Amino acid sequence: MNILILLIPIALAMGFVGLLAFLWCLKSDQFSDLDGSAVRILQDDSVISEKAPEVQKARN
Amino acid sequence: MTCCGGNIVADKVVEASRVSAQADRLGELTQYADKAESGDTRYIFACPQIHCGSCIAVIEKQLAQLPSVKSVRVNLTLKRILLEMAGNAPVLPAILELERLGYGVVPIDGTGLQQSSAGKEGKALLRALAVAGFAAMNIMLLSVSNWSGADGPTRDLFHLISILIAVPAVAYSGQTFFSSAYKALRNGHLNMDVPISLAVLMALGMSIFETFAHGDEVYFDAAVSLLFFLLIGRYLDQIMRQKARNALDGLARLAARGANVILPSGLLEYRPLDEIPVGSRLRVVPGERIPLDGQMVSGISDFDLSIITGESEPVTLKDGAQLMAGTLNITAAMEMISTRSVEKSYLAEVSKMLQSAENGRGRYVQLADRMARLYAPAVHLLALLAFGYWMFATAGDWHTSIYIAVAVLIVTCPCALGLAVPVVHVIGSGRLFEKGILMRDGSALERLAETNHVVFDKTGTLTTDRPVVASSTLVDLPIGSAERELSVRLVKALARQSSHPSGRAIYGYLDSVPASLSDEIREVAGCGMESSHEGRIIRLGKPEWVAEIASGRAPGHGSHDNNLNDMAFAIEGSAPAYFRIEEELRSDAIAAVSSLKAENLPVDILSGDRSQKVERIADQLAIDNFVSNCSPAGKMDHIRQLQQSGAKKVLMIGDGINDAPSLALSHASMAPASASEIGRNTADFIFTRNDLAAIPDAYRIAIKARTLIKQNFGLAIAYNCIAVPLAFSGNVSPLIAAIAMSSSSLVVIANSMRLRWREKAGKNVEAASKVQSRPNLKPEFRGA
Repeated sequence: MNILILLIPIALAMGFVGLLAFLWCLKSDQFSDLDGSAVRILQDDSVISEKAPEVQKARN
Repeated sequence: MTCCGGNIVADKVVEASRVSAQADRLGELTQYADKAESGDTRYIFACPQIHCGSCIAVIEKQLAQLPSVKSVRVNLTLKRILLEMAGNAPVLPAILELERLGYGVVPIDGTGLQQSSAGKEGKALLRALAVAGFAAMNIMLLSVSNWSGADGPTRDLFHLISILIAVPAVAYSGQTFFSSAYKALRNGHLNMDVPISLAVLMALGMSIFETFAHGDEVYFDAAVSLLFFLLIGRYLDQIMRQKARNALDGLARLAARGANVILPSGLLEYRPLDEIPVGSRLRVVPGERIPLDGQMVSGISDFDLSIITGESEPVTLKDGAQLMAGTLNITAAMEMISTRSVEKSYLAEVSKMLQSAENGRGRYVQLADRMARLYAPAVHLLALLAFGYWMFATAGDWHTSIYIAVAVLIVTCPCALGLAVPVVHVIGSGRLFEKGILMRDGSALERLAETNHVVFDKTGTLTTDRPVVASSTLVDLPIGSAERELSVRLVKALARQSSHPSGRAIYGYLDSVPASLSDEIREVAGCGMESSHEGRIIRLGKPEWVAEIASGRAPGHGSHDNNLNDMAFAIEGSAPAYFRIEEELRSDAIAAVSSLKAENLPVDILSGDRSQKVERIADQLAIDNFVSNCSPAGKMDHIRQLQQSGAKKVLMIGDGINDAPSLALSHASMAPASASEIGRNTADFIFTRNDLAAIPDAYRIAIKARTLIKQNFGLAIAYNCIAVPLAFSGNVSPLIAAIAMSSSSLVVIANSMRLRWREKAGKNVEAASKVQSRPNLKPEFRGA
């Protein structure tokens, strides 16, 4: 049963990483517009203008 | 993805006021600016017209092309636009561009904490949900190992790890429930959160004790997954409210927050309303609403009072006339002197009536709370009984007794009950949303299901805000004759320039003919449009004014000429032609009223308009009970009488300022999106479609939702009937508790889902009706 010493921390760590990832998504407003994200994926890339890098920067 | 074409509505009246008010708007907008650290200026706009992917594409693409726009981001869920302007660049060009694209926007105070508090609340709940979910999964992993036979030191180790996960998780995720339970207890009553908190805390405490006593059965998983399930219900409830609130915020156009004050020097200055002293001279351009109660001092213009009094036809007022705040100025710029301050204006009086009416309705108790009042004491009593019984049966073995009492608490914990109501409300509000109906909160759905009497306002509710031409003597002229051709073209040309509702009705009536007129057209306020053709004056307007230049009467006109709503047209020296203007019923009004009657709901009309007009509309709709010339207080009295002596529960549908108190007083209320701001803020439901089919639709959904909620309660109780005896007799193990809890929650959710499924068959019909009726979202045209 010694393997548990290794396995349990791994299992918990994986879960914890998932939790942190979720909290990070939440903090960076990725859940603030669920409907919008659903339709944005279908849009052509040309929608983003030449200003794109600037726009990206502003969003961050 | 081109569903947005209809948004591009060129409204001449609005256009005119826009241009003249631009300078003022700039000043007004800057108060919403939010300075970012980088020195750029941020604005948040609500834009109710955003409704699909191509809206996002159009807005983001077009605005990004403006030189001063640094970034633009559309939020489809909240129907908002986040705009960042480089440095201190004015935001007005961006707004004009949006308006050109057909999107009316309203600035939102991005700096205020109040706006974001709802969003923060939602995020906090989601965070709590994530933590509870993480904890529940990991504890379940350890518990399953235990149930499948881990024992001795391994089991104790698993229990210890569970403690390390469960204690912080409960402390973090359970806060919502603990604080709500504490509040309830301090106020001396019980709510659902009391047994929830008690069950979670006792299960946790009991399990910690068991762990250190090297016991076998612990409830860590039950405690945490309970929180997880309940937080799902809370979060759904919160999303629903936030969505409705945002939609309503977007619809709520700015009230006349300021006005153009004429300074002694003759210059105009735009000032916020509360900074305008009584006795100030104000200028109001066509398309604007009167900002304050006052007296007209110069000019003559037509005014639309419909939103205040319910009277459908515009009135002409000149020097010395009293004006009420909220009146819409239609034809000409005019000046007025304010006679009362904001707090004392007519609108404020109505607001006061409104408050007194709302106090009465605050007594409604939601189904879930009514259930909690019965359920919570019963659960506590059962747990106590179990403890007492086992103390007696085992002759004082307090360990077993407490253990069984906790098992009873956990098993009866209203997990399914906590989901029974919010899930139905969320699905119900989603279904209403699809049908273009916004719901303020869940209790509105319950109250709507209880109503058994319907009261309609007439003007703006049963009828549209645009009158139509019912008949015209122009038709009597021989088809193809030169006279007819010429008249039609001239009328069309005159009507095109008119901002009066009747003139626009005529313009719409002559849709297919070309207009031709080269001479200058001028609008004579209170009379109509005037121009000349080949040296002769031509007029389109009030019959008596037109008769001044006409000769003789057109045959067959009969007795309509004393109806103020009629319009006439004449070329100098020739016989006049008449137009009969009538209010137009909203599409589906007849079908909506008859289907309400089919649901056994009696229908009344309460209107502030003149009896002859109300009678005509009532006739068309086959409604027997109608009251005309009703004041706001009169409407309230009528509803109070129905609700008190008639023991009726009234559903009121109205739009005007005069309807607002009765909307608040009635058991449930609805308003069209075109309603006055105060009406919209008061009503429980707002329908954004033009047709009235929304009302029976909403009623049917409410009835169905109530049935489902009751079924859910029934299921939850049936579950308890099985689980409680098991727990009471000491036969519930943590494994059984975990299975029972999850499955009862799933059953309740599955049952609630039927609110969606049942309608599937009728979906094609719905889609068809959706295409026909565009959302009536034109905040720039209405709203006090």
